[in-house]
Amino acid sequence: MTELTELTIHEAYALLKKGELSSVDLTQAYLDRIDVLDGRLHAYLAVTSDETLEQARRADERRAKGEDDPLLGIPVAYKDVLCTQGVETTCGSKILAGYKPPYTATAIDKMEARGAVMLGKTNMDEFAMGSSTENSGYGVTRNPWDTERVPGGSSGGSAAAVAAQMATAALGSDTGGSIRQPASLCGVVGLKPSYGRVSRYGLVAYASSLDQIGPFSRSVADAAVLLGAIAGHDPQDSTSVDMPVPDYIAALTSDLKGVKVGVPKEYFIEGIDPAVERIVRAAIDQLKELGATVQEVSLPHTDMALPVYYLIAPAEASANLARFDGIRYGPREQGDTLWDTYCQTREAGFGPEVKRRIMLGTYALSAGYYDAYYLKAQKVRTLIKQDFDAAFEDVDVIACPASPTTAFRIGEKVDDPLQMYLSDVFTLALNLAGNCGISVPCGFDDDNLPVGLQLVGPAFGEERILRAAHAYEQATEWHKRVPVLSG
Amino acid sequence: MTQYEPVIGLEVHAEMLTESKMFCACPVVDSTEAPPNTTVCPVCTAQPGVLPVINRQAVEYGIKVGLALNCTINEFNQFARKSYFYPDLPKGYQISQYEHPLASNGWLDIDVDDETRRIGITRAHLEEDTGKNIHMGSSSLVDLNRAGVPLLEIVSEPDMRSVEEVEAYARKLRAILVYLGVNHGDMSKGVLRFEANISVRPTGSDEMNTRTEIKNLNSIRSLVRASQYEIARQIKLVESGGQVIQQTMGFNEESGKTTVQRSKEYADDYRYFPEPDLPPLNIDRAWVAAIEKTLPELPDAKRERFIDELGLSVQDAGVLVADKATAEYFEAALKADVDAKTVANWVTGELFRLMNAAGVEIEQVKVTPEALVDLIKLVEAETINNNTAKEVLEAMFETGHSAGEIVKEQGLAQISDSSALEAIIEQVLEANPEPVEKYLGGKEGLFGWLVGQVMKETRGQANATVVNQIMRERLEGMRKA
Amino acid sequence: MTLSLEQVTHIAELARLALTDEEKERFRDQLSAILDYAARLQEIDTSAIPPMANVLPVDTVMRDDVARLGLPPEQILANSPDQEDNMFRVPVILE
Repeated sequence: MTELTELTIHEAYALLKKGELSSVDLTQAYLDRIDVLDGRLHAYLAVTSDETLEQARRADERRAKGEDDPLLGIPVAYKDVLCTQGVETTCGSKILAGYKPPYTATAIDKMEARGAVMLGKTNMDEFAMGSSTENSGYGVTRNPWDTERVPGGSSGGSAAAVAAQMATAALGSDTGGSIRQPASLCGVVGLKPSYGRVSRYGLVAYASSLDQIGPFSRSVADAAVLLGAIAGHDPQDSTSVDMPVPDYIAALTSDLKGVKVGVPKEYFIEGIDPAVERIVRAAIDQLKELGATVQEVSLPHTDMALPVYYLIAPAEASANLARFDGIRYGPREQGDTLWDTYCQTREAGFGPEVKRRIMLGTYALSAGYYDAYYLKAQKVRTLIKQDFDAAFEDVDVIACPASPTTAFRIGEKVDDPLQMYLSDVFTLALNLAGNCGISVPCGFDDDNLPVGLQLVGPAFGEERILRAAHAYEQATEWHKRVPVLSG
Repeated sequence: MTQYEPVIGLEVHAEMLTESKMFCACPVVDSTEAPPNTTVCPVCTAQPGVLPVINRQAVEYGIKVGLALNCTINEFNQFARKSYFYPDLPKGYQISQYEHPLASNGWLDIDVDDETRRIGITRAHLEEDTGKNIHMGSSSLVDLNRAGVPLLEIVSEPDMRSVEEVEAYARKLRAILVYLGVNHGDMSKGVLRFEANISVRPTGSDEMNTRTEIKNLNSIRSLVRASQYEIARQIKLVESGGQVIQQTMGFNEESGKTTVQRSKEYADDYRYFPEPDLPPLNIDRAWVAAIEKTLPELPDAKRERFIDELGLSVQDAGVLVADKATAEYFEAALKADVDAKTVANWVTGELFRLMNAAGVEIEQVKVTPEALVDLIKLVEAETINNNTAKEVLEAMFETGHSAGEIVKEQGLAQISDSSALEAIIEQVLEANPEPVEKYLGGKEGLFGWLVGQVMKETRGQANATVVNQIMRERLEGMRKA
Repeated sequence: MTLSLEQVTHIAELARLALTDEEKERFRDQLSAILDYAARLQEIDTSAIPPMANVLPVDTVMRDDVARLGLPPEQILANSPDQEDNMFRVPVILE
């Protein structure tokens, strides 16, 4: 039954629509494959088998009644940072062990309204803080291309599930690169929408001004469908914009005539893996073949993105994670006093990276340091956004790597946080600016590890990056390669 | 010996009585009565992943208060996170306003000892209320019904110089909030809370010394007692060479003393930063202007009008406007064609006396404004005299019956019939020959006594004017004889 | 710049984290390295630049004052580790 699990959303839709395939069969195929592979890969934290098949059955019924939707009956996985009513949601953290939310995230509600079937919740770096999924409180996820290596993070589980064909598609979240970087490391498509494009209601907050939910998929066309399903204004999220959702599929073309691609000169210097540079440059040349013009642009404050991010994100996170105190949910370490209870519960429940960022954020906001750290970072953030705004006056999309390296070994960077932070150097800046970005497979290094091409667009410019990514994808074969996996 | 004066500022937390909470749609209810955790949702219980959405009505109420307090309504508003850990604060931060509050730079005039003083209002800002902790022995129980209710925090300048001023400010501010319809003023329900910031200094100096903060004052009486105690405590401390330490204090109702509260549980560093989940709020001038048009007549304006247009005394006008319900009662009575001053006298005199004795508020009084007017009209028609009217009012107060019914039931109608009164006057004159003789001999004072006897005979129901007239005529007649 | 142990302890208190001594030392080193790196921000002149707390093209988002019942106590308390009489129970808060 492996063939069923190779289908993209569009391919599965065609078969489902014709009646040649049922959602139950498709879903069962995935559940079987998860059974075989996930013991080793550990992409999933929870597989909701019974409920999943029930959803599949309902989808088949809806189809039988005449409903027609590309997502109807499609099995998908959701990063465990998204609240699912009645289904354990841990955010990869021990401090939420056993937590069953009393409500469901808006993005998932929208998917389910369209008939998507939930396979389960995927593994992640704890509270979305990390670039390798090694910070999960429930064990690391392995990269399907080389199981001794990381899948990237923080949405490592979702990326690996799609790459290993344990889900047709998945949703993840991206705060500093957590969709695009794992997509690049796992050889799948990963899209971070513009800030405000998708409702954050039900997305457990890491950095409120940076977080966005986005899709992982096997093709750009699939990502377009998924984005169309989850995007849109939500009255429950004051930071979601009230703008119409375009038909993203209609934006997809096979050529890039007239498209101006910018290559940021600051992105091709120190620290980047030579193979990654070579492969990404070749991909950019391919864009030229498709009719685009390529020119150099400058994003002068690029080297400020990392320090700005690592002040703003932990600051917001330090407040967002204050609610995890063992009083209303989650395991509690009861102390003699209230003070002890707080301190012991949080000490026991949070992993080291989360603690580190909470400490950093608390410090950056504290009396006497707020101006020098947090406020300063917010000001430089303005400059970073202005860099992008200026560049987009000259070009339509910006092309660059999604990650400076291919997948690194498990354990390789865990002891050096600053090294780990550098994994996000190409992805962070656009979260700060609020722009959209997509990573699309563009090659493999000598170890057969995937490399991703990142295409960045201005805020609410998803159509143009989907267009460029789709054209590139259709002109190449990278997306057809799958990892060789056995049980 | 140095004289010291207190320097006091008040922070008032007033719940804005909207239908729903500040950042979620949960109903705003009387949290002293609702069963625990029955008006909560994922947002106000701070489940992971939830987000706040601003309640427009709360903003509007805040603007109303700002306008009533003569503040500038700031166009650019930004909410901020105020971080500290406490079980009644589920998110671990309170969404409040810090650098960009709703209103600033206003004032409130208060009257103390016939002098008007202007107390500055530094700012008023919106925030969300916390839940409640209930202490039960070795544990505390948390009820989040109140968490998220809209609060307006009103901060005064440290302009108050006496406990009387503090009380006047508190009462005036409460009255204004009730007049505006944004708060019902019942402090026993916790809808209005005061915090006093108190320091002392040599009288007349302009030093600003270390102050203490007294929290959790849930009645005006507590505010007054706590302030009195703390001022005395600080003066005594300073006089004996000690130093006032900046502390947060509570007030012990039983002992009447202020006590230091454990500071460890209260974070010193709130680490304010702009709330990333809420874009800035721009309050346009047109909206403020529209709201300004809907402001009701406030106590000071009403008082002026009562004095200028209705001819009431400063004293009476002040008393009638101090409380919205009283003002409304008074104005309802005036809808009839009746003299304002008379009504004012009855309300502030007899009615208040009865209310105080029974310990009820005017909202609970059984005598409607219309019924009071009926009573007054009976007096004007001379059906009863003033003294009887007082008795009738008392009966009306007890029973809720109308004046007419009571006069009829108890046969209290005034006797004005001349022939009936003549007969009684004859009786009194015949029964008291010596006083009559003494009066005729020049003892003018006995006239009153003789009239008194007639009143006694008629159980007070004789029409005094008529009695006076007939008695005078009769006695003059006797003189000539 | 290097944080002192006192500073690390103070931050841990503000954040309610019962760090071990080993953790305090480790965080002291790691945080100091990160803050050193972040110090490069000081090189930039931002005197004329407004802070960007919000990238959105929206402002003044408000909702109508309509009350709607939320969730019943049982659902809200379902995840609580300790409760009594429909309330969350915690060790006594000392005043």
